[in-house]
This record gives sequence, structure tokens and C-alpha cells, in this order.
Amino acid sequence: MNLSRSERLTGRVFLIALVLVTLLPFVSMLSAALQPRGTVPTGLAWPSDPQWGNFVDAFTAANMAALLRSSLLIVVGVVPVSVVIATMAGFGLGHLRVPGGRFAFGLLLLGLTLPFEAVITPIYYQMRDFGLLNTRWAIILPLIALYMPFGVFWMRAHFSNVPTELSEAARMDGSSTWQLFWRIQVPLARPAIASLTILLFLWTWNQFLLAIVLVDDATKRTMAGALGAFQGQWGTDLVLLCAGSLLILTPTLIVFLIFQRQFIKALLQGSLKG
Amino acid sequence: MTPAAVGSARTGPAATSSSAPPNRPSSVRPHRRRWGRTARWAGWLWVLPAMIMYAVFVLRPLALTVQYSFYDWNGIGVARWAGLDNYLTVFTDSDLLKIISNAFVLIIFFSLIPVALGLLVASLVRRITAGPFGTVVRTILFLPQVIPLVAAGIAWSWLLSSNGLVNQALRAVGLGGLARAWLGDFDTALPSVGVIGAWVLLGLCTILLVTGMSKIDPALYEAARIDGAGPVREFFAVTLPSLRNEIGVCLTVTVIAALASFDIVYISTSGGPGLQTTVPGLEIYRLAFSQRQVGLASALAVVLMLLVLACVLPIQRLTREGKE
Repeated sequence: MNLSRSERLTGRVFLIALVLVTLLPFVSMLSAALQPRGTVPTGLAWPSDPQWGNFVDAFTAANMAALLRSSLLIVVGVVPVSVVIATMAGFGLGHLRVPGGRFAFGLLLLGLTLPFEAVITPIYYQMRDFGLLNTRWAIILPLIALYMPFGVFWMRAHFSNVPTELSEAARMDGSSTWQLFWRIQVPLARPAIASLTILLFLWTWNQFLLAIVLVDDATKRTMAGALGAFQGQWGTDLVLLCAGSLLILTPTLIVFLIFQRQFIKALLQGSLKG
Repeated sequence: MTPAAVGSARTGPAATSSSAPPNRPSSVRPHRRRWGRTARWAGWLWVLPAMIMYAVFVLRPLALTVQYSFYDWNGIGVARWAGLDNYLTVFTDSDLLKIISNAFVLIIFFSLIPVALGLLVASLVRRITAGPFGTVVRTILFLPQVIPLVAAGIAWSWLLSSNGLVNQALRAVGLGGLARAWLGDFDTALPSVGVIGAWVLLGLCTILLVTGMSKIDPALYEAARIDGAGPVREFFAVTLPSLRNEIGVCLTVTVIAALASFDIVYISTSGGPGLQTTVPGLEIYRLAFSQRQVGLASALAVVLMLLVLACVLPIQRLTREGKE
């Protein structure tokens, strides 16, 4: 690398500026969240007497315990099923190469760039006919389906690259397709499956549109959907709104910081392939 | 299939589980073919669960969206055939045209700014160091990707409000005259929403481009230097072509985010003031669920879907050529 010193320095300065700009909104929210209730905070001012109690108030006001439970239930309903059926389909299309598989895959590709807004209206009426409106199923079922294009695409890309010789060797040993899948292919696909799981978790947790359209009760929504309702309710109380928003962010941030390496890898790969 | 490949496969978990009979390629092929027909159809059992879900909750709604778009329907009463009327409205109604053009304005902020800034940083930094500094930078730049867009919307509504940080900073440097409620002002609302999107996508684009940058062979730069290329020519001759694939990815992701934006707008401005920041996604939601014009909402949805395809497919074609 023969960058001149001044160029390298400019690069560093840009990078650090970028980091600061990225952090500013969080810091500004924190400074507002710590002001005394009922005051009108300004931009960025560290309070003389930080009111950490605001977070407790926000925890109660936002009904955080119920929200966490609801989001977890939705994630548990969506992610494992999506990952399993997307992996199976990826295996069928990428490895078994079923007849007509190209057609099925073409149909799925159609959904890869589909904006959720394009199908939300019929999904609403469909859920109403199923009698599922205002239940978590109304979010869970369509989300699983909406993840299929990406999920299958992702897993198929993995299985297409596994040498067929591997399964042929297993078949010579008399393994059934079922055994072949669970004993050999799934363990080999672990990195791809892990990335997919992380991405789907994140997208589910942060899903907003489906939550606000299909479920009225904020305590049955995803975190993002609940945050929307929280803003509607406490929009005028800036201190509490900032405290509540930060609280609602915290679980994601904790998960992100724990798994940050895998997260970043998954997000990079996810966007590269998607 | 080569014998070498079969040999290497035998070292995999398959071969270690039990001692496989020596399999020459010639013995494998017929076996596979015998196993072939029925078994290959049986393979559909693997694909079916995903396809059924997809058909019921995506393909059927998609077909219904297209169907609704030809009707005049309030969601409750009897639907009346409307032919192409809804589409005619989408393409002639000045409000709807404005709403669609808003989405294209957002592309400048969601796509062009992050990609341009990302390229600048990437060509200056070339690679983020592997040490703790690099890890911290990467982690922080990814934060906006991890938090819900709704939270980004709330945070920025606060930053851009009358008492927010942006105005505080302007007053501090003596530009208090420019201070305003950025999201409530007719002239600045849409660019302000754009800034929120740029903030969300900037980190992702930068990291993607810097990662791509670190894969470029340094010899290319040395060759360019020897040929007497300055930093600018170096950028256009080496950096830009080498990053074609990554730029394509950034553009695809960000253009979709701009055209199909919803969360940020809903939270920060609800489309106001007036229609200044209303985007197609928000208008679909409003038409379908508040104004009960399901037909028109569906026609707009179809148009939005086609617009996304019309923007994304050329990007993919232009930037993937070399690869496939």
C-alpha cells in the first residue's frame, strides 16, 4: 500500500467523522432521556442531575416486560420454521435438483425484490378471513412466507456448491435422503444456516409494517411495532420517549454486541448475495 | 465427475461414518440413474413446505393485489369493475405523481450519497485495520443496520426538531438564522427524511466498499503509479472497475430501501407537511386502511413493484456482467 501519509490521514479523519455522526443520535437521545421529566431538553446537554429513574418510568410506561415476551414469541414462531423449511427447499432445489426446480426457483426470485407494501392489503383481508387479525399468527405466518425468497435463495446457493460426490458416497452406504440431509448436509451447512438465522432474527425483531397493519394491540406486536405505538402515546413527552426508545433498542444492541462478528459477516454476505 | 473428486469426497464425513465400498465413477452413474426418476420427484417433498407457505402468503396476495387493482372497492361492500381507471389515476393524479417522484428524490439520499461517501472513504482508507480500532469502527458503523428503522426515525426526529442538536449546533456557530423545525418545513422536510436514510445506509455501504477494496491487488495500484497516474485517474482506472460488484450491491440494497421506504417516513413526518414527504409505501397504507380505496392502493402497489424491478434489474445487469 503506497498511500501517501496525508491521504491516509484524510482517510482516518473521514472514518472517525463517520463514526461520530453514527453515534451522535444515540448520545443525543441519552442526554434527553436523563433530563428531569417535564422539562424541555435541548440538543446535547449533559444534565447536572441525571435522572436514571426515567428509564424505570419508561419501562413501566412501555410495558417492556410484555413487549419483550411478545417479540420473543414472534421470533420463536418465525425463525426456526423459516430456517428449517428454507434449508429443506434449498437442499431440494440446489442439491437434489428436483424436476421443475428451475420454475419453482424462478417463482421465488420474483419475491426477492418485492416490497412488503405490495402485498400488505390482501394479507390483511386474508388474515381477517382466517380470523387471525390481532393475533401474533397474523405476523408470524406471512413473515415466514415473505422470508422464503431470500432464505431459499441463500440456502440453495450453499447446497449448489456442495460436491454431489459427497452424497453419492453416503448413498453407497445406504443412507436415505432423510439421513443424508440431517447427518451430512445440515452439519456442513452450519455457517450458512447460522447467518440466515441471525438475519431472520433481526428482520423479525425490527419488522414494523406487518405489526402495525395486522395487530392493534401493541403488546402483541414486534419490538419495532410496539415502539411505533409508544411514540404515538408519549410523542409529546420527549424525555420519556427517548428513554423508552433507548430501552426498546437495548435488547437488540446486547444481542448485536455479543454476536457482532457473526452479525457483521451475515449482513455483509446477506447483502452481497441478496 | 472425476475420480479425484470421488477420492476427495471419501475423506469427508460420509466416508468416515463407515467404510464405503471402493466406488469407481462408472459404478456411481447408473446407480444414480436407477435411483433417479421417482426419487427425484420425491425430492419435491423437501421443497413443498416452503413453496406452500410462499404460495399461500405471498403469491396469492400478489395475485390479489393485481386483481384488486382493476376494481373499485372499499374493502367491505361490493367491488365494481374499474378496468384501467385506477392505473390512469396513478399516472395522471398530480398528488400521486408527486408521491412517486418523492421516492425518486429519496434515491439521491439513500443511494447516491452513501455510495459516493463510501467510495471516498474506501479509496482513502483502503482497508480498516484488523486491530481493535478496526473492530470498533466496524461495530459502530453497523449500529444503524441493527436497530429498528423506527428507532432511527425517533432519534432523528429529535435531532432535527426545533430544540434539537442540529439547531443547537447551528446557533453555536452563529448560523442560528438557519435554525428551523427541519422535518416540519416545506422546503427541508424531504431532504431531512433523506438524511435519516443516508445515516442508516452509510455505514453498510462504507464497510461493503472497504471490504471490496481490501481484495484489490495492490500491484494494480503500483502499476498505475508507475504509469504516472494521479489519485484521480487511479480511482477511475483501478478502484471503480474493481469495485463494480460491490457498488452494484450497495445500489441495489439502497435503491430498494428508498423506493419502498415506509418506517422512517411514518415515524418522522407521517408524510407531511402536506404531501412533501409522502412516499408510495405510506400512500398505499393510507389509501388501503384509512381511505378505504383498496383498488387505487393496489394499483399503486403494482406500480411500485414494477418501479423497483425497473430500477434494480438494470443495476444488476450492469454490475454483474463480469461475474456470470
